[in-house]
Amino acid sequence: MIINGTRVPAVFSLLIWAVLWEIVGRLGLTILIPPLSTTIEKLVEIVGTPGFWDALGLTLKTFVIGSVISILAGIPIGILMGRLPVLDRLLLPWVNTFISAPLSALVPVVMALFGFGETTIILTVVLFAIWIIILDARAGAHAISPSLVEMARVYGATNWQAFSKIFVLSAMPEILTGVRLGLLRAVKGVIIGQLLVSVVGFGRLFEIYSSNFLMEHMWALLLVLFALASAIDTAFGLIERRVEHFASSRN
Amino acid sequence: MIGLQAQTAAPPLAADAAPIVEVRGLSKIYPGGVEALNDISLSFPEGELTTLLGPSGCGKTTLLKIIAGLLQPTGGEVRVRGRAVTGPGPERSFVFQDFALMPWATVIRNAAFGLELRGVPRSEREAVAEKYIASVGLKGFETKYPHELSGGMRQRVGLARALAVNADIVMMDEPFSAVDEQTRRQFQEDMLRLVAQERKTFLFVTHSIEEAVYVSNRIVLLSRRPSRVSEIIDVNLPRDSEPDQIRRHPAYLDTVEGIWQTLKRYLD
Repeated sequence: MIINGTRVPAVFSLLIWAVLWEIVGRLGLTILIPPLSTTIEKLVEIVGTPGFWDALGLTLKTFVIGSVISILAGIPIGILMGRLPVLDRLLLPWVNTFISAPLSALVPVVMALFGFGETTIILTVVLFAIWIIILDARAGAHAISPSLVEMARVYGATNWQAFSKIFVLSAMPEILTGVRLGLLRAVKGVIIGQLLVSVVGFGRLFEIYSSNFLMEHMWALLLVLFALASAIDTAFGLIERRVEHFASSRN
Repeated sequence: MIGLQAQTAAPPLAADAAPIVEVRGLSKIYPGGVEALNDISLSFPEGELTTLLGPSGCGKTTLLKIIAGLLQPTGGEVRVRGRAVTGPGPERSFVFQDFALMPWATVIRNAAFGLELRGVPRSEREAVAEKYIASVGLKGFETKYPHELSGGMRQRVGLARALAVNADIVMMDEPFSAVDEQTRRQFQEDMLRLVAQERKTFLFVTHSIEEAVYVSNRIVLLSRRPSRVSEIIDVNLPRDSEPDQIRRHPAYLDTVEGIWQTLKRYLD
């Protein structure tokens, strides 16, 4: 960012918003917006409680398990859809439906089937994350150069060899984009799942804070969740950049 | 031997050497009705470099890919050492027009890929690949990635890969069409050396008359689509002469001119 010819670090814009938040909070216009400073005080306080660590542990656990399932299932399904027209016609309508459907509405169904525990939250994560991973892996499979496929056949690759040594790596740029978007959706899934189940993890904390009108606590928790989401995004952006030459030299 | 005889004969011509590949009554109609090949019969003698030459879009690549087992013919059959071809096989290898290298793999892994698929242990296959990387003139580039190489160098990797699997028949689909003219000439000379060294059967597709005459023992002229065999020309050039001398040799020039006169008929 450049203002009047001087370079200003990007963090500066965050600072402006932080100051604004503080001012609005201090003006006491509404009880819904407490000042940033007291929110941060509360954040430190919350972080000290075992309830927070339980919630964080549960969130990370369900997030990781759900994401791993989505990635391990989504990539092969997407690539197979990209390579096999029959499978594509069979599954694509469903994938397209689920990718745009209001998934939160489905969480109660999952809850009815799997109860109020971790399983429901893991499934919610999968439900949120898997579709974009499938679609992007499918796009990646379409982008595989036909001559690489022929090369694999000429040199006697089995189906498994072609899949593991050519298709997955060839579709890697799209797969990584899909995984990145999928993980961001998984963050949504893990939070929405907990909010709807609302007896475990951050969902329980949110429930407690909101029913007792503890706005500082709410905002503090939100800060944590936003930081988590942007950390995942940044980490994946870095990984993606490292394999960018795949895409540029692939044709 | 100095001097050149350009003989022409009606197809199919029984060659002196035993045929390693036989093509019988081959036709190919693509879905949608494009007729690429029409009743092609040919035999390819063992240990020679035969070039398929013809106007653009005449079905030379289709013919080569059917022999490779990558495409199924609509009619007719291909036999390799008497056995009918139903798909790709270890006795045939292929050099692709667009190189078909894996961009995420190093030169040596690309060159050794055919052996990797066959389950040859790493040290063994890399030793073989190293030898062929050196013989195509890429010694020292083993750990580079394809995007760090020029087009000509990439195609050399493709050639090393095709040679490393030790196939009897090496097929090349316009291998030089994506490289510049100087690289192309250098490459042609290297290829002649490899052909002499390797004692394999080479099937070569090109649309360049000069290239065909320069590298081949035998040229199969294909007509425009649907392709038929128009003429088969045996080329006898003084291979032990310097490249420049060959390219200036009257016999070389006469053959090029003769083929051009034939191909001209298909232009309109």
